[in-house]
Amino acid sequence: MQPVKMIRSKTVVLPFTDVDTDQIIPARFLTTTSREGLGKHAFADWRCDASGQLRSDFILNQPQARGCEVLVAGDNFGCGSSREHAPWALLDYGFRAVISTGIADIFRSNALKNGLLPVEVDQDTHRWLLANPGVEVEIDLQNTRLNYGDHQSTSFPVESFARYCLLEGIDALGYLLGKAADIERFEKDRSCVPG
Amino acid sequence: MQAGTRPGTLFDKVWDQHLVTPETAEVPAVLYIDLHLIHEVTSPQAFAVLERSGLPVRRPDLTLATTDHSVPTTDQPDFRQSSVVLAAARQVSKLRDNCAAFGIRLYDLDDPRQGIVHVIGPELGATQPGKTVVCGDSHTSTHGAFGALAFGIGTTEVGHVLATQCLLQRRPRTMAINTSGRLGAGVSAKDLILAIIGRIGVGGGTGYVLEYRGGAIRSLTMEQRMTVCNMSIEAGARAGMMAPDATTFEYLAGRPLCPEGEQWERSLARWRTLVSDEAAHFDRQVDLDVSALTPMITYGTNPGMVMPIDGTVPMHNGDQALRKALDYMQLNPGEPLLEKPVDVVFVGSCTNGRLSDLREAAAVLRGRRVASGVRMLTVPGSRQVKQAAEAEGLDKVFLEAGAEWRDAGCSMCIAMNGDQVGAGQYAVSTSNRNFEGRQGPGSRTFLASPATAAAAAVTGRVTDPRRLA
Ligand code: SF4
Repeated sequence: MQPVKMIRSKTVVLPFTDVDTDQIIPARFLTTTSREGLGKHAFADWRCDASGQLRSDFILNQPQARGCEVLVAGDNFGCGSSREHAPWALLDYGFRAVISTGIADIFRSNALKNGLLPVEVDQDTHRWLLANPGVEVEIDLQNTRLNYGDHQSTSFPVESFARYCLLEGIDALGYLLGKAADIERFEKDRSCVPG
Repeated sequence: MQAGTRPGTLFDKVWDQHLVTPETAEVPAVLYIDLHLIHEVTSPQAFAVLERSGLPVRRPDLTLATTDHSVPTTDQPDFRQSSVVLAAARQVSKLRDNCAAFGIRLYDLDDPRQGIVHVIGPELGATQPGKTVVCGDSHTSTHGAFGALAFGIGTTEVGHVLATQCLLQRRPRTMAINTSGRLGAGVSAKDLILAIIGRIGVGGGTGYVLEYRGGAIRSLTMEQRMTVCNMSIEAGARAGMMAPDATTFEYLAGRPLCPEGEQWERSLARWRTLVSDEAAHFDRQVDLDVSALTPMITYGTNPGMVMPIDGTVPMHNGDQALRKALDYMQLNPGEPLLEKPVDVVFVGSCTNGRLSDLREAAAVLRGRRVASGVRMLTVPGSRQVKQAAEAEGLDKVFLEAGAEWRDAGCSMCIAMNGDQVGAGQYAVSTSNRNFEGRQGPGSRTFLASPATAAAAAVTGRVTDPRRLA
C-alpha cells in the first residue's frame, strides 16, 4: 500500500446524513470477485438515472466536483452493510478522505485498511465545511490535523496503529502474522476449549 | 486483568477470554476468533490475498461457508436479470473452488443445510454462548442472541481471520438496553427492535456493543431474540448480545455441532457464568417498557425512520435527509401509512426468515388470499426451515393464498439474484434495510413484522395485523 501522509484538495459536499454503503455502491455491483475498477459504480443510483444517463443535478456530476479528493458528508456516513466495496469504490473514483461528524464503525475500519482517511470533526468545523463547498483543505495525518479556511485548524482522532500503518504504507496482516507464537500459545493454553 | 476479578458485563467476559495480546496505547488487542462464517460475496478478494502470499487458512475447522446472498431461489432464475445472475453464478463457483482448495466445509446449494449464513450458524449449533463469531456481513450481530460476541467485518479482515484466526480490535463501549414489561398480542420481536432503533437512532449505537437485558428479553424465544440482535447494526452498533439462559440451552441441545455428553455439561457450566455481574458498569443505559408497543413500520429510507403503524409521516422541518427520504418514498408529511396500497410483500431474510416467522405470516394468510395485483414472495431462511415449514403444511398455506414459495437464500432482501421490487413499487418487507434501491433500483420499502407483511398481502394495503387476528 502507498503511504498516506498529507492530503491537499478542494472539497465536494454531500450534505445528507446517514449515507449508507448501499448508496456508495449498490448491491448489484457486488457480484465481482475483484476489488479493482469499482469507481464507476460509486453512488451509481445518485449519479445516473434509470436509463443510465448522468443526472446533471447531482453534485458529483458537476464541473466543480472534478478532481476533488475530499468528500464532506453528513453525520453517520457509511452506515449499513459491511461491504468493503464501498471504500474500494470511493478510492477508485478518486476520493482519498471523507470528513463527517460521525463515521460508521465498519466503514471506518474498512476505509483505514485501504488508505481512505475517515476524518471525524466537531459540529462547528463541520458546519463551516458544509457552508463552504469547494474550499481547499489540508489533512495532515502525521499531526492528525485538518487545516482549512483562513488558518483554521482542528485535530481529528485516528486509531494509533492504523495511523502508523498508513504513514508507513504497511499492512496489518504482516503484524498479525508476526504474532504467530502468541496465537499458538493462546490456542494451547485455553482452559476452556469452545464447543 | 483476569476475567472475574472485578464486576464485568457479559461483553467484558467474552472479550477478556479472547485476548491473545491486550491492547496498549500503540496497538489494538489481538482478539481470537472461534467461528468464522463466510459467503460468496465478501470472501473472494480475501482468498486472493492468501493465494498471492502463499498462506494457508489457519483454522479451516473453525470456518464455515455457505452460499446465500446471490443464489437463485427457484430452478428458473429470472433471466431478465441474466447478466446479474451469471455474474452471481461465477461468484458462487469461486467460493466452491476456494473452499475446496483451503479445506473449508461448504454448505452448498445441494446441501440440505444450506441457507442464509445467520440462519444456519445457529441451526447447526455452530453459534454458541461465549464464542467470538465474525463474518464479512454486518448482520453477524444476529449470533449475539446466544451470548456470543458476534460482529461484521470487511473483506480485508476476512483475510486476517482466514490467515491468523485473529483480528486487531479496540475495545468498544457498552450500552445496556434494559427492557421491562411484555409484548402485547400481535406485537412481535421485529416491532420491538424497530422501536429500539427508533429510540436510539441509526447512528446511536456507533462505537458500542449493546446488551439487551431485562424481563421482556428473557420471555422471548431464541428465534425472537435473533430477530432483535440481528438489527443491532441498524442502530450503528457493532454487536448486540443477550445473556444465555435456559431458553438458549434448550435451543442448542442436540444440535449437530454442539458438544455432547460430559462435554455438554462442562460447556453448560461455563455458559452459565456468561451474565453481566450486578455491579457491572455500562457506558450508557437505555430503559424501555415494551408493554405499550404497537406494530411498527418504517416510512423512510433508513430503519430509524420508523413509527407505530397507525402513526403519520413526520414533518421534515428543514431536515434535508428526511425531506430527501420522503421525496424518494413519494410520501407526504402528515400522511398516515395505514391503507397505503402496496405492490409487493416479502417474507424472509436473516431477520425474519425462520420457522416462527413463517408461522406468524401463515397464521394471517390461512383461509385468506393475497389481494389481486399484489405479489407475495415467501423465502425460507434455510433449507431446514423450508423442510420444517413444509412438514407442517405452511407451504400449502402460502401457495393456496397465492403467494410464491421459494428456496432458501437472501433473495429480495438484497436483490442480488434477480428477485427484486420494481422501480416505484411499494413493498412491505420483513427484511432489515429500507435503504434507497436496496430491494431493486427505485424500490420503496416499508419494513415490518411477518404478521404486518402478511396482513398487507391480504388487503393489498398497509394494515394493522391485529385487525386480522
Ligand atoms: S438476508 Fe439480507 S441482511 Fe441477511 S445476510 Fe442476506 S442480504 Fe444480508
